[in-house]
This record gives sequence, structure tokens and C-alpha cells, in this order.
Amino acid sequence: MTLLAIKDLSLTIDDTHILHDVSLTVAHGEIVAITGESGSGKSMTALSVMGLLPHNANPSGSITLNGTDILQTSEPDLCNMRGNTMGMVFQEPMTALNPVQTIGAQVAETILIHEKTSKADAQKRAAAILERVGLKVPPSRYAHELSGGQRQRVVIAMAIALRPKLLIADEPTTALDVTTQARILDLLRDLVREFDMGLLIITHDLAVVANLADQIVVMQKGNVVEAGATAHLLAHMQHPYTRALFGASSHMVELPPTLASSPLLAVTNVARDYPMARKTPLGPRPMFRALEGITFQIDQGERIGLVGESGCGKSTLTRAILGLEDVQSGTITVDGAPVFTGKQPNLDVRRKMQVVFQDPYSSFNPRHRVDRLITEPFHLLPNPPSGTARDEAITNALRDVGLSPDDATKYIHEFSGGQRQRIAIARALIIEPALIIFDEAVSALDVSVRAQVLDLIADLCRKRPLAYLFISHDLSVVRTVTDKVMVMKAGKIVEQGETETVFTNPQHQYTQTLIAAAPKLPAITV
Amino acid sequence: MNRNLIIGSTLTAVFLLLAAASFFWTPYDIQSLDIPNKLQSPSGGNLLGTDHFGRDILSMIMMGARTSIAVALVAVGIGMAIGVPLGLLAAARHGSLLDELIMRGNDLVFAFPSLVIAILITAVFGASAVNAIIAIGIFNIPVFARLSRAAALPLWERDFILAARVCGKSPTRISIEHILPNMTNLMIVQGTIQFSLGILAEAALSYIGLGAQPPTASWGRMLADAQTLVSIAPHTALVPGFAILLMVLGLNLMGDGLRDWLDPRIRVTRA
Repeated sequence: MTLLAIKDLSLTIDDTHILHDVSLTVAHGEIVAITGESGSGKSMTALSVMGLLPHNANPSGSITLNGTDILQTSEPDLCNMRGNTMGMVFQEPMTALNPVQTIGAQVAETILIHEKTSKADAQKRAAAILERVGLKVPPSRYAHELSGGQRQRVVIAMAIALRPKLLIADEPTTALDVTTQARILDLLRDLVREFDMGLLIITHDLAVVANLADQIVVMQKGNVVEAGATAHLLAHMQHPYTRALFGASSHMVELPPTLASSPLLAVTNVARDYPMARKTPLGPRPMFRALEGITFQIDQGERIGLVGESGCGKSTLTRAILGLEDVQSGTITVDGAPVFTGKQPNLDVRRKMQVVFQDPYSSFNPRHRVDRLITEPFHLLPNPPSGTARDEAITNALRDVGLSPDDATKYIHEFSGGQRQRIAIARALIIEPALIIFDEAVSALDVSVRAQVLDLIADLCRKRPLAYLFISHDLSVVRTVTDKVMVMKAGKIVEQGETETVFTNPQHQYTQTLIAAAPKLPAITV
Repeated sequence: MNRNLIIGSTLTAVFLLLAAASFFWTPYDIQSLDIPNKLQSPSGGNLLGTDHFGRDILSMIMMGARTSIAVALVAVGIGMAIGVPLGLLAAARHGSLLDELIMRGNDLVFAFPSLVIAILITAVFGASAVNAIIAIGIFNIPVFARLSRAAALPLWERDFILAARVCGKSPTRISIEHILPNMTNLMIVQGTIQFSLGILAEAALSYIGLGAQPPTASWGRMLADAQTLVSIAPHTALVPGFAILLMVLGLNLMGDGLRDWLDPRIRVTRA
């Protein structure tokens, strides 16, 4: 039976067409996934169903939920429906909860708004729901005391407190680690079956889609390009965009073989402690051990991956390798010279390393032009090129990453996320460092852009021997762009070895969990 | 462009023009007294009337605008020139003893009511425009120091700062090259607001006789002189009063408008 029917939904915001004739249906107990890249209109479709469109939006068509046309319903009636007939789970669990209310009170509030019941009863029911979503902490806790996965459970509890007929989840697991993601997805699937509710899930992650959804809707630039039952759609993809999307998701690059060479970076038995707040005013400062006994080596031209979940010490390690922070014990050397030299950085060592960050939007000073941005590492050179030599270096660097030399005079806001990541790589390459650290460098990109950037990295390896440390939570990406891989957990490297060996035959139990939890795309012939 | 910015900048521009014009021309010489023509109401001869010495009030307002603007501008300049580097330094050395010293020093200055201390300074070192500038300027320092530290701290967390550090740039250089240009908007807006507060402070100090000394014209002094004459010649008090009001209003509107105009994101986060 149809629960939600969107028919010919078109949407314009200030004369910009956002959605064109979007149609889809969700039945009771059915999981429908909308997928597509950023700007495809998938979130706007979800907001239309909730009636949460911005004021200047102008929708047409019809959205029928349980017999009511959302577009014709007044705001007070919509308020009544939200939380009651339909619930929503947002992407960012860190900001979705009120920090000064206990989690129990927040769930109880949802109940109290919609039902005339006593506070005590609402609290009792809230506790039961929190237990149902698998939260193992008491309802008297505050949001900051919970992990990301636990918070997302609270958000889900709030959304399902009144057993809505339709649950909308907008990228519910994107901000979570893979093992947490797997558990949250299991929970959502269970809830759908148990409550016989419809679930409209919005995600860019095709592996999640393929494993979870009954129906898939693929969107591109505001249009539904393809829709159908999951198994059928995966087996018979019709639209070229769908094929491109799935192709890019399982994109593999071909790395040139590494040549036997000399050691470049040597990390030996490194430990890093952070002081924490004192428990008593005069007591000793407890220390948090972020890294412990880290030992590994990167040879010239060697490509190493580092995987681990959030908080495992990946970023701490990056900072330590870059020589930005000192370590408590152990040594980090590049070509035999220590990376950390107190307040005065040793430019000879720094010159050999560069870094590419995750967020293409905060990696650049918005007030500088591209030529100035990418030549910043010249600061590390004793005689930085000037005049035509500098112009030539800029031109070459931009060409190397597939951009036009004319881009040098533009500002960073004129570029898309993928182009910005190319510029970041150009900045890292301009002084031809021996080692680049890619810190989640492709995690924020859409799949097709990610595939292009990965190709670019492989290309660059072919042009010159390039060693890198590729840090990522995405196992499939690490698998394709690295020769060796290290698995990190709670500040320790629990396993390291040849990438293929580790992935096909993981030894450590944590590695096994990680690989098992990662959603996999079914084998598809594209 | 928004309405606040247009109204505010127009008002400010009018006073700036009046002050600028006074360097070349005023309708009458404000040094020459014309007692027989005292306390004239506004008329064709004296557009805004005359005061108790028969001086042309429009000319006084023009010369007074010069004093007010000069005092407030230099005072804000002092505050920015000392406060912003202090704030940048504190942010660059976040969590260090130096940071603590700078910020607690700020607290110390903040702890005293600014006008009372300004009165103290001018009373001890003598009443003059220069001492008024210094007194007002000192109280602008912690405002800019705190604001620039607060603006710089989140910037220090951004990846492009990390990238600059990877390039071996020193904290000083990063502060000047990367941090400062990214907080100019905020400084311009705060500068405008402090400018209007400076004008108020100068008027207040002059009103109690501790600002610019006669024969230098000053709006606050004009108000003080007119105090006893309000019932006979209300325009002598109204005109300088409105001058202060409109100038301060103009600057505040301009500051508000500039903030919205320079940074549209603020409107989004506020809504």
C-alpha cells in the first residue's frame, strides 16, 4: 500500500530550478533510497516532504502522505504531522541535540508536544524508546557525554518516539565511522520491519544504498534519472549517469610499480601525550595517550595507507610527522634528520614534505589568489624562484593537476570542491616534495570527482617517484591507491602489511571488524 | 546595499564634508565676537542662529565637527594600532602565559568605568584635546584586543593556517599574512562603532570642561554653554545636541549596515 506518493514535484527557488517533475512512492515497511551527487536535489526532495522548504521556494505537483497533500497543508497542521506522522533524522548528530537538556527530556518533549500525557509517562516512554534504539546509557545523560553513534541513536529515538508512518533520514551515517554506520543501518532496518514504517533514506553512498534499500531512486541535477527495485536496477542499469555513478564508486586506479629504494621517513616508537583537565584543583594533570609505540617506515616512492576510525590518533600522527608538534618519546626522521626542531622549524626537512587536507573549503585563504596560494611552499626554499621562473612553476603546477594556467589569477571561491582539491595538490607539489600526506583528501568529494582525483594521484606517481601517506576512513579508496597499509586503533598500529594481503587476509580482530563493517558494492557489470 | 548603510553613510558623509569644508571656509569667523547679535534665532543671515557671544552656530558646528572627528579618529587609531597586535599575539600564543597576561591586562582596563578614568586622566594631566584623545584611546585598546583575539582563534584552527605552518612560516608572519586580512571586516565594523562612542566620549569630556579648550569649538562645550540659556534660546542647545545625535546615529547605522553588507553570512546565522 502506498504511504507516500510524490508526483511531478517541481521546485523553483528564486527562479532557479531545483527539482523537475520528481515522482516516487514509498510503501509501508519499505526502504526507498534517494541517491545522487551534491546538488542533485535529493535533500530538497526530503525537505519538501517534511514541508520544511525555505520561504522563497515555489513547489508544484503533489506530495501525498497517508492521504494528505503536504503542499496544500497549512503550517499548523504540518507542525502536527511532523514528529507524529513523519519523523526526520539529520546528518550531523553533533549539532542535532540541545546541549543543555538531558537526552531523556528531549525525547520526552517530542511525546509531550503531540500527546496529552503526563510528564512522568512521557519520560517512562522516552526511556523505553532509548532502550529500543540500543542506547546503553541512562536517559539522564547530556549530549556531550555521548559518542557520535550514540547521539545518532538519540536523534533516531526522537524521530520514532511516536511511531511515525514515514521516517526520513538525510545522510544519517555520513558523519559516522564504518563500524558505527553498520550498527545504525541495522537499527534503521530493524525499526522499519518492526513498526512497518516507510523509510526514505537520502545518501550519496552507493554501497549503503545497495545493501539497505528495497527501491533506489537516482537523481541528477533535480531530475530522477532512474528508479526501480534494488536488485533489478543494479542488474540492469539503463541510464548512463547511473552507470557512471556506480562505476566511479568502485573506481580502481592503476599504480605504477614501486622501485626498491632507500628509506625516507622513519617513525620509531613514537608516543604522544596530551594533558587533560585536572580532576581536583591541585591534583596532578592526567595525561591522555594519543599515540603509543608507533613504528613504521616509508621508503622513497612508496605509497602507504593509514586507516582507522575517528579519534584513533590519525590527525595527531599527521601533525607529529609534519613537525608541527613535539612527541613525548620516540623519533621521527626524514632522511635521517629529525622533523621537530623546537620553535625554529628546520626548513631542509620541511621542504621534503607537504600535506593535502580533507576540507577543500577551509584549506585556502579566501583572500589570496591561486598563484599566491599555490606558491606558499616557496617560503621553504632558500632561493624561491621569482619572475618568469615563478610564473613557469605556477603554470606547470596547474597543468600537472589538470587545471588551466589562466586559473592562477582567480580566487578560490570560483572553484568547485574537486577543483579546489586539485589546487591543494598543486600547492603540495610545487616544491616537488619527496613525501605528501593526504589527510582524508578525497573524503569530502562526490564519487565521480573522487575518481578523477584518484586518477590524478596515480598519474602523478607515474610522472615522478612520489611517496605518500594516504590517510582515510574509506577502505575501498585506500585499497586502490596504496601499496602498504597500516590499521590504527586507539593510538596504536594494530596491523600493517601489503595492502592486498591485509585486505584479503586480515590478522588482527579489529581489522576484520573494520573490513566486515564497510559496506560493499555488489559486483556489478557496468 | 541595505537601508541602514545608505542612511548611516549619508549622515556620516554630511558631517565629514562639514568638517572638511571648515578648513577652507566657514560662514563666519568663530573667533570674532559680535555681542549685539547674540542669541539670534535661525534666520537668513545666520542659518542656525547665534550663541551668547553672537558667534554663528553653523560655523561653530562645522569647527566642532572637526574637533569631534579628529579626537574620535585618533582615539580609535590608538585602540586599533595597539589592541589588534595584542589580540593577534594572544591568539598566536593561545594558552600561554603571555596570552593570559594580555587578556588579564585587558580585564583590568575593562574593570574601570571608562569615562571616570578619562576624567581622572584629563584632571591629572590637564584638560586638553590631546589628553582626551589619549584617555579615550586607552579604553579602545582592550575592545580591539579582545575582538581580534576572538576573531583570530577560530581562524587558527583552519586548514590553510596549518598549510602555512607546514610551509615553515612563523606565527608572526601567519598572523599578518593570513589572520589579519581575514578579520578586516570585523575590525572595520567595530572601528565604526568605536568611532561613534569616541564622539560621545569627547562630547561628554568637553561638556564638563575637560576636553578641547576654548576657543577651539566643540559640540560638548557648546551644549555646556547653552545649558543656562535653554529657556531663552533653545536653538543654542538643540543644534549641537542634534549634531551629536545625528553623527552617532549615522555611525551606528553605518556600522550595522557595513556588517551586513561585508558579511552576508552573519545574517544567515542570526536568523
